[in-house]
Amino acid sequence: MTKKKQKDQNTDFSTPFSEFTRKFKKQKTAIVAGGFILLLCVIAIIAYQIVPYGINEYDYSSILKGPSAAHWFGTDEFGRDIFSRVLCGTRISLSVGLVSVTTAAVTGTLLGLIGGYYGGWIDSIIMRICDTLLAFPGLILAIGIVAILGPGLYNVVIAVAIFGIPNFARLVRSTTLQLKNSVYVMAARSLGATDSRILFRYILPGAVPNIIVQYTMSIGSSILTASSLSFLGMGASPPTPEWGLLLSNGRNYMLTAMHVTIFPGLAIFMTVLSFNLLGDGLRDALDPKLNE
Amino acid sequence: MLRYIVKRVLEVIPTLLLITFFVFMFVRMIPGDPARLVAGVDATGDTIEVIREQLGLNKPLFTQYFNYMAGLFKGDLGTSLKTNRAVSYEIGLRYGNTIKLAAASLTWSCIVGILLGIWSGKNRSKWQDYTGMTIAISGISMPSFWLGFIVIMIFSVKLKWFPTTGAGSWKNLVLPAFTLGSSIAAIIARFTRSSILEVMKEDYIRTARAKGLKEKIVVWKHAFRNSMISVITVAGMQFGHLLGGSVVTESVFAYPGIGSYLLDSINYRDYPAIQSLILIFSLHFILINLVVDLLYAVLNPEIQLS
Repeated sequence: MTKKKQKDQNTDFSTPFSEFTRKFKKQKTAIVAGGFILLLCVIAIIAYQIVPYGINEYDYSSILKGPSAAHWFGTDEFGRDIFSRVLCGTRISLSVGLVSVTTAAVTGTLLGLIGGYYGGWIDSIIMRICDTLLAFPGLILAIGIVAILGPGLYNVVIAVAIFGIPNFARLVRSTTLQLKNSVYVMAARSLGATDSRILFRYILPGAVPNIIVQYTMSIGSSILTASSLSFLGMGASPPTPEWGLLLSNGRNYMLTAMHVTIFPGLAIFMTVLSFNLLGDGLRDALDPKLNE
Repeated sequence: MLRYIVKRVLEVIPTLLLITFFVFMFVRMIPGDPARLVAGVDATGDTIEVIREQLGLNKPLFTQYFNYMAGLFKGDLGTSLKTNRAVSYEIGLRYGNTIKLAAASLTWSCIVGILLGIWSGKNRSKWQDYTGMTIAISGISMPSFWLGFIVIMIFSVKLKWFPTTGAGSWKNLVLPAFTLGSSIAAIIARFTRSSILEVMKEDYIRTARAKGLKEKIVVWKHAFRNSMISVITVAGMQFGHLLGGSVVTESVFAYPGIGSYLLDSINYRDYPAIQSLILIFSLHFILINLVVDLLYAVLNPEIQLS
């Protein structure tokens, strides 16, 4: 009897996480977008096993052919199957997005925590550098970094990561500033908790919801930036099936073979769109101020 | 008020110094000898020495930076390696085109974005809202180079309404401006919507409705005006986006502006030009942000008081 009563009380009690899942379940579009992203992740892993043609399989008898039963997305100027190439490009675009944004998120979060918590000259230096990075228009900064490092996919990842850092640093810093004087942090401090314990155990969790939203949204925009750089000839080099590169390649055949540009573009669009929709849904579900 | 303006203007100075320093270090951060880079691959040792002398690379770093800054104040941006003419001259040839493109894009995207945002906001959770916001989020997620190709295929190739490339008449401006402005229109629409929804909760809106004003007047006179303060800020911040985007858009439409000049310079490894263009893009961005901040201060009564 007592046990049952206790159990009832437990179910009545709503944790932030259960609150989040309850709200997130109502975000139908975001759930669909999340499902699509999962599908993309699966494709990214198994693409090379499931594609009907090799990504560098030339077929000079069917050059620049439109979509058909044999080639769903048609073929390019070497008779390569565009469907296979787009599918295999998923791995590149997703990894570029994930790696660059994760790097930016980890670095930015650390900088934001340190700057916000310790204040003083450390904070001034960190924020001044962030301001300077933000004073370059995003894509221009990335282009500048790639111009220094030289073209290539790895350098694009570095460039995209660098211009993501200040966004995370600012976000985490403002939460840190709010939380460092809160009652529970002061209590932890008076109980003798070390700085690193306070930062990672008490302050960081408070910033996590904002970080998650920023993270999801940034992946979308990073994929867009990285493909723009590849499109401009500063990222992946042929014959890599990177989506931006596929599209830039297709511009030569725009008048005769539209499908060469249409499908890679559609892939970028759908991917970025689903990350943005998921980000929107997460924000609505995580925002405690938002009324239902 | 004046104190705020002065403080804000003074705050720009350290950022400007840091930016010029970054840009100055730009050529020096490229792996390898800058003099050799400038001279080209097949230059002889003597030529490289002459260039090192010309560029002042044999002097201490601080002196080099000082000379660079002194040059900047005189409007000297260096000499283009490709054409051997002053970089400032090369930029001058193309600058107007980019400004025209940016102005056209920002104008249409502000008008359309704000209207779309209000339309969605005042019809919250109805079909208008869903349509508006679907258009907006698609606009943000669309790769601009892809959108550019699609509009070229539809409006230039199929319908033959506009030329595909080049600059000169207003007809050349329509498609690039549409492409460049679309994501900004989308961002402004989303922001306007949330800002209208925020304002609609205020007491003075309830008062306006309670005294029997027409919904049109409530929306346009009360809600619109007050939500515009923050919309202006966002629109201004998008200007940086516009500058970055101009590189991609100008490349798609072969539009002769400073964005496509930056790409040409990168392909040619014309470092003085790359350096100056990055500096110019950032300067514009900083100045626009400054103007937006000041405008915000003038428009927002809360800031004036503090």
